Amino acid sequence: MSALTIADVERIAALAHLDLTGDEKTRFARQLADILDYAQQLQAVNTEGVPATAHVHAAAGAERDDAPRPSLTPQQAVANAPDANLDAGLFRVPRVIGG
Amino acid sequence: MAHPTARAIRDDVAAGRVSAVEICRDALARIEAANPALNSFLLVDAEGALERARKVDARRAAGETAGPLAGVPIAIKDNLCVRGMKTTAASKILETYVPPYDATVIERLEAAGAVIVGKTNCDEFAMGSSNENSAFGPVRNPWATARTPGGSSGGSAAAVAAAQVPLALGSDTGGSIRQPASFCGVVGLKPTYGRVSRYGLLAFASSLDQIGPIARTVEDAALALTAMAGPDRADATSSHEPLPDLIAALTGDIKGLRVGVPRTFVSEGVDADVKAAFDAALSVMQAAGASLVDVELPHAPYGVPAYYLVCTAEASSNLARYDGVKYGYRSPASANGLQAMYTRSRSEGFGAEVKRRIMLGTYVLSAGYYDAFYLKAQQVRTLLRRDYEQAFERADVIAMPTSPIPPFGIGEKADDPLQMYLADIFTVSANLAGLPAISVPGGFVTRDGAQLPVGFQLTGRPFDEATVLRAGDAYQRATAWPTVAPGELQ
Repeated sequence: MSALTIADVERIAALAHLDLTGDEKTRFARQLADILDYAQQLQAVNTEGVPATAHVHAAAGAERDDAPRPSLTPQQAVANAPDANLDAGLFRVPRVIGG
Repeated sequence: MAHPTARAIRDDVAAGRVSAVEICRDALARIEAANPALNSFLLVDAEGALERARKVDARRAAGETAGPLAGVPIAIKDNLCVRGMKTTAASKILETYVPPYDATVIERLEAAGAVIVGKTNCDEFAMGSSNENSAFGPVRNPWATARTPGGSSGGSAAAVAAAQVPLALGSDTGGSIRQPASFCGVVGLKPTYGRVSRYGLLAFASSLDQIGPIARTVEDAALALTAMAGPDRADATSSHEPLPDLIAALTGDIKGLRVGVPRTFVSEGVDADVKAAFDAALSVMQAAGASLVDVELPHAPYGVPAYYLVCTAEASSNLARYDGVKYGYRSPASANGLQAMYTRSRSEGFGAEVKRRIMLGTYVLSAGYYDAFYLKAQQVRTLLRRDYEQAFERADVIAMPTSPIPPFGIGEKADDPLQMYLADIFTVSANLAGLPAISVPGGFVTRDGAQLPVGFQLTGRPFDEATVLRAGDAYQRATAWPTVAPGELQ
Protein backbone atom coordinates (compact mmCIF):
# COMPACT_ATOMS: atom_id res chain seq x y z
CA MET A 1 0.00 0.00 0.00
CA SER A 2 2.85 2.40 0.62
CA ALA A 3 4.26 1.77 -2.83
CA LEU A 4 7.04 4.24 -3.45
CA THR A 5 7.95 5.17 -7.00
CA ILE A 6 11.44 6.03 -8.14
CA ALA A 7 10.14 9.58 -8.58
CA ASP A 8 9.08 9.63 -4.91
CA VAL A 9 12.54 8.51 -3.89
CA GLU A 10 14.15 11.16 -6.06
CA ARG A 11 11.93 13.85 -4.55
CA ILE A 12 12.85 12.81 -0.97
CA ALA A 13 16.53 12.56 -1.87
CA ALA A 14 16.45 16.10 -3.27
CA LEU A 15 14.88 17.37 -0.02
CA ALA A 16 17.61 15.58 1.96
CA HIS A 17 20.44 16.84 -0.27
CA LEU A 18 21.34 13.31 -1.28
CA ASP A 19 22.32 12.18 -4.73
CA LEU A 20 21.48 8.48 -5.13
CA THR A 21 22.70 5.96 -7.68
CA GLY A 22 20.19 3.96 -9.71
CA ASP A 23 20.79 0.92 -7.52
CA GLU A 24 20.24 2.93 -4.35
CA LYS A 25 16.98 4.36 -5.70
CA THR A 26 15.61 0.90 -6.50
CA ARG A 27 16.72 -0.53 -3.17
CA PHE A 28 15.47 2.38 -1.08
CA ALA A 29 12.11 2.40 -2.90
CA ARG A 30 11.58 -1.20 -1.83
CA GLN A 31 13.03 -0.95 1.69
CA LEU A 32 11.32 2.32 2.60
CA ALA A 33 7.99 0.94 1.34
CA ASP A 34 8.49 -2.15 3.53
CA ILE A 35 9.16 0.01 6.57
CA LEU A 36 6.28 2.41 5.89
CA ASP A 37 3.93 -0.53 5.33
CA TYR A 38 4.97 -1.89 8.69
CA ALA A 39 4.47 1.55 10.28
CA GLN A 40 0.91 1.64 8.96
CA GLN A 41 -0.10 -0.49 11.97
CA LEU A 42 0.01 2.70 14.03
CA GLN A 43 -3.16 3.78 12.21
CA ALA A 44 -5.00 1.09 14.19
CA VAL A 45 -4.28 2.92 17.46
CA ASN A 46 -7.00 5.28 18.65
CA THR A 47 -5.18 8.53 19.37
CA GLU A 48 -8.15 10.86 19.38
CA GLY A 49 -7.52 13.67 21.85
CA VAL A 50 -4.09 12.25 22.80
CA PRO A 51 -1.40 14.95 22.99
CA ALA A 52 1.86 14.34 21.19
CA THR A 53 5.01 13.68 23.21
CA ALA A 54 7.75 15.70 21.58
CA HIS A 55 9.79 15.47 24.73
CA VAL A 56 9.51 13.36 27.88
CA HIS A 57 10.71 16.11 30.16
CA ALA A 58 8.19 18.41 31.79
CA ALA A 59 11.09 20.61 32.89
CA ALA A 60 12.68 20.88 29.45
CA GLY A 61 13.68 24.29 28.28
CA ALA A 62 15.28 25.36 31.54
CA GLU A 63 16.56 28.90 31.33
CA ARG A 64 19.92 30.28 32.37
CA ASP A 65 21.45 33.70 32.67
CA ASP A 66 22.34 35.24 29.35
CA ALA A 67 25.91 35.89 30.35
CA PRO A 68 28.95 35.61 28.08
CA ARG A 69 31.34 32.75 28.82
CA PRO A 70 34.62 31.64 27.29
CA SER A 71 34.10 29.73 24.06
CA LEU A 72 35.99 28.63 20.98
CA THR A 73 38.05 31.20 19.13
CA PRO A 74 37.10 31.81 15.48
CA GLN A 75 40.27 29.93 14.51
CA GLN A 76 39.31 26.88 16.59
CA ALA A 77 35.80 27.01 15.21
CA VAL A 78 36.94 26.74 11.60
CA ALA A 79 39.94 24.47 12.22
CA ASN A 80 38.04 21.33 11.15
CA ALA A 81 36.68 22.80 7.94
CA PRO A 82 37.81 21.12 4.71
CA ASP A 83 38.52 24.61 3.38
CA ALA A 84 38.90 27.67 5.60
CA ASN A 85 40.68 30.97 5.94
CA LEU A 86 42.14 30.33 9.37
CA ASP A 87 43.48 33.86 9.91
CA ALA A 88 40.13 35.45 9.19
CA GLY A 89 38.17 32.65 10.92
CA LEU A 90 36.04 32.01 7.81
CA PHE A 91 34.69 28.93 6.06
CA ARG A 92 35.36 28.90 2.34
CA VAL A 93 32.74 27.45 -0.05
CA PRO A 94 32.40 27.31 -3.85
CA ARG A 95 31.27 30.49 -5.56
CA VAL A 96 27.52 31.00 -5.13
CA ILE A 97 26.84 34.01 -7.35
CA GLY A 98 28.23 34.93 -10.72
CA GLY A 99 30.08 31.64 -11.11
CA MET B 1 41.96 -11.13 40.25
CA ALA B 2 42.94 -11.57 36.63
CA HIS B 3 40.54 -8.96 35.31
CA PRO B 4 39.97 -6.40 38.04
CA THR B 5 36.77 -4.39 38.07
CA ALA B 6 36.77 -0.60 38.05
CA ARG B 7 35.99 -0.67 41.77
CA ALA B 8 38.96 -2.95 42.51
CA ILE B 9 41.30 -0.80 40.41
CA ARG B 10 40.10 2.36 42.14
CA ASP B 11 40.62 0.80 45.57
CA ASP B 12 44.11 -0.45 44.69
CA VAL B 13 45.19 2.83 43.14
CA ALA B 14 43.79 4.81 46.07
CA ALA B 15 45.64 2.60 48.54
CA GLY B 16 48.88 2.79 46.57
CA ARG B 17 48.98 -0.97 45.94
CA VAL B 18 49.29 -0.35 42.24
CA SER B 19 49.94 2.71 40.09
CA ALA B 20 47.56 4.09 37.50
CA VAL B 21 50.41 3.79 35.01
CA GLU B 22 50.76 0.04 35.62
CA ILE B 23 47.02 -0.41 35.18
CA CYS B 24 47.13 1.67 32.03
CA ARG B 25 50.02 -0.31 30.51
CA ASP B 26 48.13 -3.52 31.21
CA ALA B 27 44.99 -2.21 29.48
CA LEU B 28 47.00 -1.00 26.49
CA ALA B 29 48.59 -4.44 26.15
CA ARG B 30 45.18 -6.13 26.28
CA ILE B 31 43.77 -3.75 23.71
CA GLU B 32 46.66 -4.36 21.37
CA ALA B 33 46.42 -8.14 21.80
CA ALA B 34 42.70 -8.50 21.13
CA ASN B 35 42.02 -5.70 18.67
CA PRO B 36 43.10 -7.47 15.47
CA ALA B 37 40.47 -10.15 16.17
CA LEU B 38 37.71 -7.84 17.40
CA ASN B 39 38.12 -4.41 15.73
CA SER B 40 36.59 -2.96 18.89
CA PHE B 41 38.84 0.13 18.99
CA LEU B 42 39.05 2.69 16.20
CA LEU B 43 41.72 4.71 17.98
CA VAL B 44 44.11 3.92 20.82
CA ASP B 45 45.80 6.91 22.39
CA ALA B 46 48.60 5.07 24.21
CA GLU B 47 50.81 8.06 24.80
CA GLY B 48 47.99 10.31 25.95
CA ALA B 49 46.57 7.59 28.20
CA LEU B 50 49.92 7.06 29.93
CA GLU B 51 50.26 10.80 30.40
CA ARG B 52 46.80 10.95 31.98
CA ALA B 53 47.65 7.97 34.21
CA ARG B 54 50.86 9.69 35.32
CA LYS B 55 48.80 12.70 36.39
CA VAL B 56 46.53 10.48 38.47
CA ASP B 57 49.59 9.02 40.18
CA ALA B 58 51.09 12.47 40.68
CA ARG B 59 47.91 13.74 42.32
CA ARG B 60 47.95 10.80 44.69
CA ALA B 61 51.64 11.30 45.46
CA ALA B 62 50.88 14.94 46.26
CA GLY B 63 48.42 13.77 48.88
CA GLU B 64 45.23 14.61 47.01
CA THR B 65 42.23 12.34 47.60
CA ALA B 66 41.95 9.76 44.84
CA GLY B 67 38.83 10.16 42.72
CA PRO B 68 36.04 7.56 42.68
CA LEU B 69 37.42 6.22 39.38
CA ALA B 70 41.11 6.81 40.09
CA GLY B 71 43.25 5.05 37.51
CA VAL B 72 40.35 3.23 35.84
CA PRO B 73 40.98 2.81 32.09
CA ILE B 74 37.89 3.74 30.13
CA ALA B 75 37.03 3.44 26.43
CA ILE B 76 34.82 6.03 24.78
CA LYS B 77 32.31 5.33 22.01
CA ASP B 78 33.43 7.20 18.95
CA ASN B 79 30.34 9.43 18.82
CA LEU B 80 31.49 11.28 21.95
CA CYS B 81 33.82 14.24 21.64
CA VAL B 82 37.19 14.08 23.36
CA ARG B 83 39.28 17.19 22.84
CA GLY B 84 42.15 16.59 20.46
CA MET B 85 41.16 12.96 19.83
CA LYS B 86 39.77 12.06 16.42
CA THR B 87 36.02 11.46 16.69
CA THR B 88 34.43 9.93 13.61
CA ALA B 89 31.10 8.39 14.71
CA ALA B 90 32.37 5.52 12.53
CA SER B 91 31.51 7.62 9.48
CA LYS B 92 33.57 8.53 6.45
CA ILE B 93 32.00 11.99 6.59
CA LEU B 94 33.81 12.68 9.89
CA GLU B 95 36.96 10.70 9.14
CA THR B 96 39.20 13.67 9.89
CA TYR B 97 37.23 15.42 12.64
CA VAL B 98 39.22 16.40 15.76
CA PRO B 99 36.93 17.99 18.37
CA PRO B 100 38.14 21.24 19.92
CA TYR B 101 36.22 20.48 23.12
CA ASP B 102 35.36 17.70 25.56
CA ALA B 103 31.90 16.27 26.04
CA THR B 104 30.66 17.05 29.56
CA VAL B 105 30.83 13.35 30.49
CA ILE B 106 34.52 13.32 29.51
CA GLU B 107 35.32 16.27 31.78
CA ARG B 108 33.48 14.63 34.66
CA LEU B 109 35.04 11.18 34.23
CA GLU B 110 38.52 12.67 34.07
CA ALA B 111 37.80 14.73 37.17
CA ALA B 112 36.87 11.44 38.87
CA GLY B 113 40.28 10.05 37.94
CA ALA B 114 39.32 7.85 34.97
CA VAL B 115 41.97 7.39 32.28
CA ILE B 116 40.67 7.59 28.71
CA VAL B 117 42.51 5.07 26.55
CA GLY B 118 40.79 5.44 23.18
CA LYS B 119 37.69 5.45 21.01
CA THR B 120 35.52 2.45 20.27
CA ASN B 121 33.91 1.32 17.05
CA CYS B 122 30.15 1.63 16.61
CA ASP B 123 27.45 1.71 13.97
CA GLU B 124 27.76 4.88 11.88
CA PHE B 125 26.21 7.75 13.87
CA ALA B 126 24.92 5.06 16.29
CA MET B 127 22.45 3.84 13.66
CA GLY B 128 22.29 0.08 13.85
CA SER B 129 21.89 -2.95 16.05
CA SER B 130 24.87 -5.03 14.91
CA ASN B 131 27.89 -2.74 14.50
CA GLU B 132 27.96 -3.77 10.83
CA ASN B 133 27.21 -0.18 9.75
CA SER B 134 30.66 1.13 10.68
CA ALA B 135 32.63 2.72 7.85
CA PHE B 136 35.68 1.12 9.45
CA GLY B 137 34.55 -2.51 9.49
CA PRO B 138 32.38 -4.59 11.79
CA VAL B 139 33.18 -5.47 15.39
CA ARG B 140 33.25 -9.15 16.30
CA ASN B 141 31.61 -10.70 19.33
CA PRO B 142 34.30 -11.94 21.77
CA TRP B 143 32.14 -14.98 22.64
CA ALA B 144 31.87 -16.10 19.01
CA THR B 145 33.78 -14.04 16.47
CA ALA B 146 31.55 -14.99 13.51
CA ARG B 147 28.72 -13.19 15.28
CA THR B 148 27.93 -9.55 15.86
CA PRO B 149 28.47 -7.90 19.26
CA GLY B 150 25.17 -6.05 18.79
CA GLY B 151 25.02 -2.33 18.32
CA SER B 152 25.31 0.41 18.07
CA SER B 153 27.80 0.51 21.00
CA GLY B 154 29.28 -2.81 19.84
CA GLY B 155 32.92 -1.79 20.21
CA SER B 156 32.39 -0.65 23.80
CA ALA B 157 30.57 -3.85 24.78
CA ALA B 158 33.12 -6.10 23.05
CA ALA B 159 36.02 -4.20 24.66
CA VAL B 160 34.56 -4.80 28.14
CA ALA B 161 33.65 -8.45 27.46
CA ALA B 162 37.18 -9.15 26.19
CA ALA B 163 38.62 -7.42 29.30
CA GLN B 164 40.43 -4.85 27.16
CA VAL B 165 39.02 -2.28 29.59
CA PRO B 166 36.84 -2.61 32.68
CA LEU B 167 34.62 0.31 31.70
CA ALA B 168 33.36 1.95 28.53
CA LEU B 169 30.86 4.58 27.49
CA GLY B 170 28.05 4.00 25.06
CA SER B 171 25.02 5.91 23.90
CA ASP B 172 21.50 4.50 23.80
CA THR B 173 18.83 5.88 21.46
CA GLY B 174 16.75 2.72 21.06
CA GLY B 175 18.80 0.09 22.89
CA SER B 176 22.33 0.83 21.72
CA ILE B 177 23.87 0.31 25.17
CA ARG B 178 21.64 -2.49 26.46
CA GLN B 179 21.45 -4.74 23.38
CA PRO B 180 25.25 -4.97 22.81
CA ALA B 181 25.70 -5.46 26.56
CA SER B 182 23.25 -8.35 26.27
CA PHE B 183 25.03 -9.82 23.21
CA CYS B 184 28.44 -9.54 24.90
CA GLY B 185 27.42 -10.75 28.37
CA VAL B 186 28.14 -7.53 30.25
CA VAL B 187 26.20 -4.80 32.08
CA GLY B 188 24.75 -1.85 30.14
CA LEU B 189 22.85 1.02 31.73
CA LYS B 190 20.70 3.58 29.95
CA PRO B 191 19.97 6.32 32.48
CA THR B 192 16.75 8.31 32.60
CA TYR B 193 16.52 10.83 29.77
CA GLY B 194 18.08 14.00 31.19
CA ARG B 195 20.12 12.30 33.92
CA VAL B 196 23.34 12.72 31.95
CA SER B 197 24.28 15.74 29.85
CA ARG B 198 24.33 15.08 26.11
CA TYR B 199 26.73 17.96 25.42
CA GLY B 200 29.46 16.60 23.17
CA LEU B 201 27.48 13.58 21.99
CA LEU B 202 27.09 13.69 18.21
CA ALA B 203 23.32 13.97 17.96
CA PHE B 204 21.26 11.19 16.37
CA ALA B 205 17.73 11.59 17.83
CA SER B 206 17.82 14.32 20.44
CA SER B 207 14.64 13.41 22.32
CA LEU B 208 15.83 9.80 22.75
CA ASP B 209 19.65 9.86 22.99
CA GLN B 210 21.23 9.19 26.36
CA ILE B 211 24.83 8.41 27.37
CA GLY B 212 25.54 5.55 29.76
CA PRO B 213 28.15 3.08 30.99
CA ILE B 214 29.03 -0.47 29.95
CA ALA B 215 30.82 -2.49 32.64
CA ARG B 216 31.19 -6.01 33.97
CA THR B 217 29.42 -5.33 37.26
CA VAL B 218 26.37 -3.32 38.23
CA GLU B 219 28.50 -1.63 40.89
CA ASP B 220 30.94 -0.36 38.26
CA ALA B 221 28.04 0.98 36.19
CA ALA B 222 26.77 2.77 39.31
CA LEU B 223 30.21 4.29 39.94
CA ALA B 224 30.38 5.59 36.38
CA LEU B 225 26.85 7.01 36.42
CA THR B 226 27.55 8.75 39.72
CA ALA B 227 30.59 10.44 38.18
CA MET B 228 28.68 11.56 35.05
CA ALA B 229 25.20 12.48 36.27
CA GLY B 230 23.86 15.92 37.02
CA PRO B 231 22.78 19.17 35.45
CA ASP B 232 24.91 20.92 32.88
CA ARG B 233 24.46 24.46 31.64
CA ALA B 234 25.46 23.28 28.16
CA ASP B 235 22.46 20.92 27.87
CA ALA B 236 19.06 22.47 28.61
CA THR B 237 17.51 19.00 28.81
CA SER B 238 19.84 17.87 31.59
CA SER B 239 17.94 17.45 34.84
CA HIS B 240 18.35 18.97 38.29
CA GLU B 241 16.72 15.91 39.88
CA PRO B 242 18.98 14.96 42.85
CA LEU B 243 20.98 11.75 42.50
CA PRO B 244 20.75 9.42 45.49
CA ASP B 245 23.79 7.47 46.70
CA LEU B 246 23.80 4.73 44.07
CA ILE B 247 26.52 2.68 45.74
CA ALA B 248 24.67 2.66 49.06
CA ALA B 249 21.59 1.52 47.13
CA LEU B 250 23.33 -1.75 46.23
CA THR B 251 22.27 -3.57 49.37
CA GLY B 252 21.76 -6.96 47.76
CA ASP B 253 18.34 -6.98 49.41
CA ILE B 254 15.29 -7.18 47.13
CA LYS B 255 12.84 -8.67 49.61
CA GLY B 256 9.42 -7.28 48.79
CA LEU B 257 10.55 -5.69 45.52
CA ARG B 258 7.70 -5.90 43.02
CA VAL B 259 8.95 -7.07 39.62
CA GLY B 260 6.40 -6.40 36.89
CA VAL B 261 6.24 -8.89 34.04
CA PRO B 262 4.41 -7.85 30.84
CA ARG B 263 3.56 -11.47 30.00
CA THR B 264 1.46 -10.78 26.93
CA PHE B 265 4.16 -8.58 25.42
CA VAL B 266 7.03 -11.02 26.04
CA SER B 267 5.12 -14.11 24.94
CA GLU B 268 5.36 -13.53 21.20
CA GLY B 269 8.28 -13.59 18.81
CA VAL B 270 10.86 -14.50 21.43
CA ASP B 271 13.43 -17.20 20.75
CA ALA B 272 12.57 -20.26 22.88
CA ASP B 273 15.98 -20.41 24.55
CA VAL B 274 15.94 -16.68 25.28
CA LYS B 275 12.47 -17.11 26.79
CA ALA B 276 13.71 -19.98 28.97
CA ALA B 277 16.62 -17.84 30.21
CA PHE B 278 14.18 -15.03 30.97
CA ASP B 279 11.87 -17.33 32.94
CA ALA B 280 14.85 -18.65 34.88
CA ALA B 281 15.93 -15.09 35.69
CA LEU B 282 12.46 -14.34 37.04
CA SER B 283 12.74 -17.39 39.29
CA VAL B 284 16.06 -16.10 40.60
CA MET B 285 14.43 -12.78 41.47
CA GLN B 286 11.61 -14.60 43.22
CA ALA B 287 14.00 -16.80 45.17
CA ALA B 288 15.82 -13.66 46.31
CA GLY B 289 12.61 -12.35 47.83
CA ALA B 290 11.05 -10.29 45.04
CA SER B 291 7.43 -10.79 44.11
CA LEU B 292 6.35 -11.13 40.49
CA VAL B 293 3.30 -9.16 39.40
CA ASP B 294 1.59 -9.18 36.01
CA VAL B 295 1.55 -5.85 34.22
CA GLU B 296 0.18 -4.81 30.85
CA LEU B 297 1.92 -2.56 28.35
CA PRO B 298 -0.77 -2.57 25.68
CA HIS B 299 1.02 -0.10 23.40
CA ALA B 300 4.49 -1.64 23.69
CA PRO B 301 4.02 -3.68 20.50
CA TYR B 302 3.77 -0.34 18.66
CA GLY B 303 7.14 0.73 20.05
CA VAL B 304 9.21 -0.27 17.02
CA PRO B 305 7.16 1.59 14.37
CA ALA B 306 6.77 4.64 16.63
CA TYR B 307 10.48 4.60 17.40
CA TYR B 308 11.64 4.34 13.80
CA LEU B 309 9.40 7.23 12.73
CA VAL B 310 10.49 9.51 15.58
CA CYS B 311 14.20 8.69 15.49
CA THR B 312 14.56 8.97 11.73
CA ALA B 313 12.67 12.28 11.68
CA GLU B 314 15.02 13.69 14.30
CA ALA B 315 18.05 12.18 12.55
CA SER B 316 17.15 13.74 9.21
CA SER B 317 17.19 17.11 10.92
CA ASN B 318 20.28 16.54 13.08
CA LEU B 319 22.38 15.20 10.21
CA ALA B 320 21.59 18.18 7.99
CA ARG B 321 24.64 19.81 9.58
CA TYR B 322 27.00 17.51 7.66
CA ASP B 323 27.26 19.50 4.46
CA GLY B 324 30.94 19.65 3.59
CA VAL B 325 31.37 23.16 5.03
CA LYS B 326 32.17 23.09 8.73
CA TYR B 327 33.95 19.80 9.32
CA GLY B 328 34.69 16.45 7.82
CA TYR B 329 34.51 15.27 4.25
CA ARG B 330 34.07 17.50 1.21
CA SER B 331 33.64 15.87 -2.18
CA PRO B 332 36.04 16.75 -5.02
CA ALA B 333 32.85 17.37 -7.03
CA SER B 334 32.46 20.58 -5.00
CA ALA B 335 34.24 22.30 -7.87
CA ASN B 336 30.85 22.17 -9.62
CA GLY B 337 29.31 24.62 -7.20
CA LEU B 338 27.63 24.90 -3.82
CA GLN B 339 24.72 22.54 -4.47
CA ALA B 340 27.06 19.87 -5.80
CA MET B 341 29.22 20.32 -2.70
CA TYR B 342 26.25 19.61 -0.41
CA THR B 343 24.78 16.65 -2.24
CA ARG B 344 28.01 14.98 -3.34
CA SER B 345 29.73 15.38 0.06
CA ARG B 346 26.73 13.86 1.83
CA SER B 347 26.23 11.10 -0.74
CA GLU B 348 29.87 10.06 -0.70
CA GLY B 349 30.31 10.56 3.06
CA PHE B 350 27.29 8.74 4.52
CA GLY B 351 26.85 4.97 4.50
CA ALA B 352 23.75 3.06 3.40
CA GLU B 353 21.92 2.84 6.73
CA VAL B 354 22.44 6.52 7.51
CA LYS B 355 21.11 7.48 4.06
CA ARG B 356 18.14 5.14 4.54
CA ARG B 357 17.25 6.78 7.85
CA ILE B 358 17.71 10.31 6.54
CA MET B 359 15.41 9.39 3.63
CA LEU B 360 12.78 7.86 5.89
CA GLY B 361 12.91 10.79 8.30
CA THR B 362 12.69 13.31 5.49
CA TYR B 363 9.68 11.47 4.10
CA VAL B 364 7.75 11.31 7.38
CA LEU B 365 8.36 15.01 8.01
CA SER B 366 7.41 16.07 4.49
CA ALA B 367 4.17 17.82 3.59
CA GLY B 368 1.18 15.47 3.52
CA TYR B 369 2.80 12.76 5.66
CA TYR B 370 3.59 14.59 8.89
CA ASP B 371 0.22 13.95 10.57
CA ALA B 372 -0.13 10.36 9.42
CA PHE B 373 3.34 9.29 10.50
CA TYR B 374 5.28 11.66 12.73
CA LEU B 375 2.41 13.12 14.75
CA LYS B 376 0.76 9.72 15.07
CA ALA B 377 4.02 8.23 16.37
CA GLN B 378 4.33 10.98 18.98
CA GLN B 379 0.77 10.35 20.13
CA VAL B 380 1.50 6.65 20.47
CA ARG B 381 4.55 7.68 22.45
CA THR B 382 2.22 9.40 24.94
CA LEU B 383 0.09 6.25 25.23
CA LEU B 384 3.18 4.17 25.86
CA ARG B 385 4.29 6.53 28.63
CA ARG B 386 0.86 6.19 30.21
CA ASP B 387 1.11 2.39 30.02
CA TYR B 388 4.34 2.57 32.01
CA GLU B 389 2.87 5.00 34.55
CA GLN B 390 0.05 2.55 35.19
CA ALA B 391 2.38 -0.42 35.35
CA PHE B 392 4.57 1.36 37.90
CA GLU B 393 1.57 1.70 40.21
CA ARG B 394 1.79 -2.07 40.64
CA ALA B 395 5.50 -2.72 40.14
CA ASP B 396 8.83 -1.18 41.19
CA VAL B 397 10.72 -2.43 38.16
CA ILE B 398 9.59 -4.09 34.93
CA ALA B 399 11.45 -7.15 33.62
CA MET B 400 11.87 -8.09 29.97
CA PRO B 401 14.45 -9.86 27.86
CA THR B 402 16.86 -7.29 26.40
CA SER B 403 16.73 -8.82 22.93
CA PRO B 404 14.25 -11.39 21.59
CA ILE B 405 17.11 -13.24 19.90
CA PRO B 406 20.66 -14.28 20.81
CA PRO B 407 23.68 -12.74 19.03
CA PHE B 408 23.28 -13.32 15.29
CA GLY B 409 25.87 -13.91 12.61
CA ILE B 410 27.71 -11.13 10.84
CA GLY B 411 25.90 -10.57 7.54
CA GLU B 412 22.84 -12.55 8.59
CA LYS B 413 20.43 -9.59 8.68
CA ALA B 414 22.41 -7.01 6.77
CA ASP B 415 20.14 -7.03 3.68
CA ASP B 416 16.85 -6.66 5.49
CA PRO B 417 16.67 -3.47 7.55
CA LEU B 418 13.11 -4.11 8.72
CA GLN B 419 14.06 -7.49 10.23
CA MET B 420 16.96 -5.78 12.01
CA TYR B 421 14.61 -3.09 13.38
CA LEU B 422 12.12 -5.66 14.72
CA ALA B 423 14.79 -7.07 17.04
CA ASP B 424 14.72 -3.75 18.96
CA ILE B 425 11.24 -4.54 20.28
CA PHE B 426 12.20 -4.80 23.98
CA THR B 427 14.58 -1.85 24.16
CA VAL B 428 12.94 1.05 22.27
CA SER B 429 10.09 1.65 24.69
CA ALA B 430 12.40 2.78 27.53
CA ASN B 431 13.75 5.47 25.18
CA LEU B 432 10.32 6.55 23.97
CA ALA B 433 9.17 6.86 27.60
CA GLY B 434 12.50 8.32 28.81
CA LEU B 435 12.95 5.65 31.50
CA PRO B 436 16.11 4.19 33.08
CA ALA B 437 16.83 0.59 32.06
CA ILE B 438 19.65 -1.86 32.58
CA SER B 439 20.72 -5.05 30.86
CA VAL B 440 22.57 -7.47 33.13
CA PRO B 441 24.12 -10.81 32.11
CA GLY B 442 21.17 -13.22 32.16
CA GLY B 443 22.62 -16.58 31.25
CA PHE B 444 23.61 -18.32 28.04
CA VAL B 445 22.15 -20.14 25.08
CA THR B 446 24.05 -22.59 22.89
CA ARG B 447 24.37 -22.08 19.12
CA ASP B 448 26.74 -24.01 16.87
CA GLY B 449 28.46 -25.37 19.95
CA ALA B 450 29.22 -21.89 21.32
CA GLN B 451 27.90 -20.40 24.54
CA LEU B 452 26.25 -17.09 23.70
CA PRO B 453 25.22 -14.55 26.34
CA VAL B 454 21.69 -13.22 26.71
CA GLY B 455 20.68 -10.20 28.76
CA PHE B 456 18.05 -9.70 31.45
CA GLN B 457 16.53 -6.23 31.33
CA LEU B 458 15.04 -4.20 34.16
CA THR B 459 13.28 -0.86 33.60
CA GLY B 460 12.45 1.64 36.33
CA ARG B 461 10.49 4.77 37.09
CA PRO B 462 11.88 8.09 35.85
CA PHE B 463 15.05 8.99 37.81
CA ASP B 464 14.85 5.79 39.85
CA GLU B 465 18.17 4.35 38.69
CA ALA B 466 18.76 3.40 42.34
CA THR B 467 16.06 0.71 42.29
CA VAL B 468 17.04 -0.51 38.82
CA LEU B 469 20.66 -0.86 39.95
CA ARG B 470 19.72 -2.49 43.26
CA ALA B 471 17.60 -5.08 41.46
CA GLY B 472 20.25 -5.71 38.81
CA ASP B 473 22.98 -5.99 41.42
CA ALA B 474 20.95 -8.46 43.50
CA TYR B 475 20.37 -10.58 40.40
CA GLN B 476 24.06 -10.43 39.49
CA ARG B 477 25.11 -11.47 43.02
CA ALA B 478 22.68 -14.39 42.91
CA THR B 479 23.85 -15.65 39.53
CA ALA B 480 27.45 -14.52 39.02
CA TRP B 481 27.39 -15.34 35.31
CA PRO B 482 30.88 -15.02 33.82
CA THR B 483 31.42 -11.61 32.19
CA VAL B 484 34.72 -12.18 30.42
CA ALA B 485 34.63 -14.15 27.19
CA PRO B 486 36.78 -17.28 27.24
CA GLY B 487 39.54 -18.03 24.79
CA GLU B 488 42.63 -16.30 23.58
CA LEU B 489 41.23 -12.80 23.45
CA GLN B 490 42.19 -12.06 27.06
